[in-house]
Amino acid sequence: MTLTDSQQLAYANAQAADGRVNVELETDDGMVLNMGPQHPATHGTLRLIARLDGEQVTSADVMCGYMHRGYEKLCEVRTYPQVTTLVNRIDWLGSFANEVPFILAAEQLMEVEAPPRAKWIRTLLFELSRIANISLFIGDLALQLGAQTPAFLAFRDREFVLNQIESVTGGRFHPNFDRIGGLKDDLPKGWIADTKAAMVRLREFCDLMEGLVYGNEIFQTRTRGIGIIPAKVAESYGLSGANLRGSGVDWDLRRDANIGLAYDELDWKVWTHPDGDCFARCWVRLQEVREATKIVDQLCDGMPGGAIMAKVPRIIKVPEGEAYVATENPLGAMGYYVVSRGDIGPFRVKIRSASFNNISIAPWLLKGVYVPDIIAILASLYFILGDIDR
Amino acid sequence: MADDAATTTETPDAPTDDRRESLLSVLAEHLGDALVEHHLKPGRGLWVRVATDAWATAAEVARDRAGLRFFDFISAIDWLPSPYGRYEDSVLDVPFPPPMPDRSAAVPGYAGGATRLQMLASLAKPGTDLRVLLKADVPDEDPRINTWVHTFPGAAWHERETHEMFGISFDGNDDLRHIYLPSEFEGHPLRKEFPLLARVVKPWPGIVDVEPMPGGDDEDDEAESGSDSEGGDA
Repeated sequence: MTLTDSQQLAYANAQAADGRVNVELETDDGMVLNMGPQHPATHGTLRLIARLDGEQVTSADVMCGYMHRGYEKLCEVRTYPQVTTLVNRIDWLGSFANEVPFILAAEQLMEVEAPPRAKWIRTLLFELSRIANISLFIGDLALQLGAQTPAFLAFRDREFVLNQIESVTGGRFHPNFDRIGGLKDDLPKGWIADTKAAMVRLREFCDLMEGLVYGNEIFQTRTRGIGIIPAKVAESYGLSGANLRGSGVDWDLRRDANIGLAYDELDWKVWTHPDGDCFARCWVRLQEVREATKIVDQLCDGMPGGAIMAKVPRIIKVPEGEAYVATENPLGAMGYYVVSRGDIGPFRVKIRSASFNNISIAPWLLKGVYVPDIIAILASLYFILGDIDR
Repeated sequence: MADDAATTTETPDAPTDDRRESLLSVLAEHLGDALVEHHLKPGRGLWVRVATDAWATAAEVARDRAGLRFFDFISAIDWLPSPYGRYEDSVLDVPFPPPMPDRSAAVPGYAGGATRLQMLASLAKPGTDLRVLLKADVPDEDPRINTWVHTFPGAAWHERETHEMFGISFDGNDDLRHIYLPSEFEGHPLRKEFPLLARVVKPWPGIVDVEPMPGGDDEDDEAESGSDSEGGDA
């Protein structure tokens, strides 16, 4: 296909306009660097406006909302079982984990408890979501810092986990599998053995990444000592997950506030790192994937039998009350504040998503850093756009 | 039932929660009269409603005295019932906009309240499962309350969100730009009178799916009503 002269000219103009709008703007007090929403260095559709003095950032502002979908409003017109379909789309890399705190909150209001087998399968899928989510993070992290290969390896090995999630739930990314009182279905035949084999692959992936990415000299110089968050600051911004544990705060909701999941019956460890820099946050995530594979192995070995659904009414009406349940999702603490008025749907749902708090520290953290460090810091804070713009 | 009747006083109906009760007593000691009402669900959670002027003080007390250093979230609740119901009816059947429910139809939840809009915030103690859910009334006309950004810098974005979604202003937070919505957006989407336009234009088809199954005799299989006590026990 050949383009006419006027088409070529229009294309060149559009390119030039994009370049002008998205990249930079000279003003009297330094340069304004506009990263996103279409800038090559943008992460998702997060737009970052940094004011620079030479190579140093004097102030940075984060613009979000390009993907705001208004889930809190939408939840108010849906029935309880319909909400899980929606909230799957919040953190789309670890979808199943989004459903769990909402279902647990609804179960708490209904005074229903899932049978042991359902609890264990829930925990299993929860951890598989974590592995799928964070293994991709490791690849993406390396990609943002200029290494291409780890991203391909991450996509390749994440597939083993997604296949396992798919063969249980039917959905690779949006399982919509959790139900009030239990789960939609039981595990398929032969699934346990396949999962254990996948976990061996994932542990190999972790070992590979530890040498390829974390041991890399360039990676270390770009992340060590960069973007240090003291524990006190992390807490006052509400950072959670590996961002908080990377600052040395030993707090994991799976261990400390376990509601309705099987973590207290397993042998596992919470990883922390005292440094609080980009490297610490990324290192904690790597250890968490390893730990999660061990948790999955234990869950596979000790899977109890029995029903996967408690006795719940067919049309679910949740008694009047309020409940707040937060769980340790791949990105950090995620909670749902559910207000019920005894109806078939919630009266108000407040979604506390991890990335919103995690990225709200960016203006504070980016002040005074150099331009290349912006990328390292944003990559290490690790956010999913859907989790910011709920 | 071998035991005599006297032992029935320690039935599991009244479980105790020493950790949350001591947390409550610390808050009550330092807040005094500013702690208006509370609701304690043993093993589940602690709700505390503070006076509107004491909103910022409550954050400081919770952080410095009770060890609730972890800022979880700030939001609000609109207690007015939605005039649109669950959008079961199309605009062809009912007038649009429907008549607004009376202000007195707003019934508060745990820890009570007197206003239609209420602040809701959560603070937690790192390393534990202890958290407090703070509430405060916001005046109906000119909804306005003190900011938390001096205690918890992370509150800044949450207050921006609450400002655009509910129209509550925060004294002392000078950056209340829209965070999600376009800057020229009018209205406060999470208030109940704000219509969900997608549903007004086209009614939700899924609502008709909830119909009785053939041959089901457990038709009105009602969940047993909530056994937790109503209101506060301050």
